[in-house]
Amino acid sequence: MKKTKPSDWILKILVYLSALITALVLLFIILYILVKGVPYLTPSLFALKYTSANVSMFPAIINTLITCVISLCIAVPFGIFTAVYLVEYAKSTNKFVGVIRLMTETLAGIPSIVYGLFGFLCFVSYFKWGYSVLAGACTLSIMVMPSIMRTTEEALLSTPESYREGAFGLGAGKLRTIFRIVLPAAAPGILSGVILAIGRIVGETAAIIYTSGTAPKLMHDVFSSARTLAVHMYALSTEGLHMRESYATAVVLLAMVAVINTVSTLLAKKLQGDM
Amino acid sequence: MKFDISAVDLYYGNFHAIKNISLGIAPQEITAFIGPSGCGKTTLLKTLNRMNDLIEGFSVKGEILLDGNDIYEDRDVNLLRKRVGMVFQKPNPFPMSIYDNIAFGPRTHGIKKKTLLDEIVERSLKQAAIWEEAKDRLKKSALSFSGGQQQRICIARTLAVEPEVLLMDEPTSALDPISTAAIEDLLIKLRDKYTIVIVTHNMQQAMRISDKTAFFMLGEMVEYGNTEKLFSKPKEKKTEEYITGRFG
Repeated sequence: MKKTKPSDWILKILVYLSALITALVLLFIILYILVKGVPYLTPSLFALKYTSANVSMFPAIINTLITCVISLCIAVPFGIFTAVYLVEYAKSTNKFVGVIRLMTETLAGIPSIVYGLFGFLCFVSYFKWGYSVLAGACTLSIMVMPSIMRTTEEALLSTPESYREGAFGLGAGKLRTIFRIVLPAAAPGILSGVILAIGRIVGETAAIIYTSGTAPKLMHDVFSSARTLAVHMYALSTEGLHMRESYATAVVLLAMVAVINTVSTLLAKKLQGDM
Repeated sequence: MKFDISAVDLYYGNFHAIKNISLGIAPQEITAFIGPSGCGKTTLLKTLNRMNDLIEGFSVKGEILLDGNDIYEDRDVNLLRKRVGMVFQKPNPFPMSIYDNIAFGPRTHGIKKKTLLDEIVERSLKQAAIWEEAKDRLKKSALSFSGGQQQRICIARTLAVEPEVLLMDEPTSALDPISTAAIEDLLIKLRDKYTIVIVTHNMQQAMRISDKTAFFMLGEMVEYGNTEKLFSKPKEKKTEEYITGRFG
């Protein structure tokens, strides 16, 4: 039998305690929002049209989804292809690579309000797009691109060299090797980066208040101003007139993130299962 | 001769990995490269289908002819690798189904017809003596097979593009004795159709399966000749010392 030292016990208690506190805090937040929000989830909150009486969040839900899709359509290809260039094409002696890495690391650490300001000055004012979904989506895509790039890079680097050797050894060219062998093998890692990006987009407020604006209506094209769910919630709570509805919105936002995460995880599992 | 290697020097940057080597590799024979670790035998093997092109700083001097044509003059390296297939030290099936593993090569070279692909997959797996174990699991991931089975799948994958030469880089070093025996039997069967070059650390293996053996040391080829002669009556003292296990 091994003797347990007192220090072992202390460590064990600390470990359990930390886990417990983390879980409790999360549970408390979720319960608090559910208790405050669920009773006010009325059908009128999901009315097709927003009025200042019903403060419907339905338009905001659709706006969020569309903003999310546009942002990803821009950020995912750029992020993935940059990573492919860095890992598969750039020579290790290339100075440009260091510059790109430094830039993406810096971009990843910038507060989102700074992106908002940049998006406002660049897309809203300089390009004269006005407060618009497009300006918001562009800003968000710049914001999440670095993290997509970094996770893709990690995923590509952790793909065994032997897969590449095997493909080249069969006479496959570089493009075919990357698209048919390396990227599919790295797909689960890339997908987890995209999931994180979705979470950031759906939950972002600061960067899009200045770019997408806060119009509560359903957008009719990409140049119209439209608020996302998170902005909707922020607006309701700052106005102070609809605190209950604000909590109800929080419940929906929470559910939305949970659903997106579950679906993406299932998708990732399916991808791996197929291989 | 299938391959004519004359006065070849290979470098990694400033490191002189292979020093002035000339040898011919005959068709329908198994040629074994033996020698202590770091002697350059794998480097030479990987030069024959230009896999070393992938390594930064690698350079070649001299001439390597495949059926009389310089492989470094011909631009189409993918076609060269189709003609000169390779099986690696560690089994490296792609993370996809067995069927897709085998079909990857033919698809790369433009075969799209389902019936033709089915035929190629079956023929290759049969040739690599893995058909019986794999036929009911063609849609299963190749990674769900054991190491020895994976290596035979990799051999089948290489055969599927109908190469003329098979390069094998210690193909059994990661396998158990039974799988090793299965692959050795397989190589002897394949000898009639292909030119096989095998790098091995296992001298018994070289003796069992090869027709010719080349012994390398520190980047130089010490001796090259019929396997039986080289192992029974080596000309060089260094060869004798190595094969009797005095170093290496």
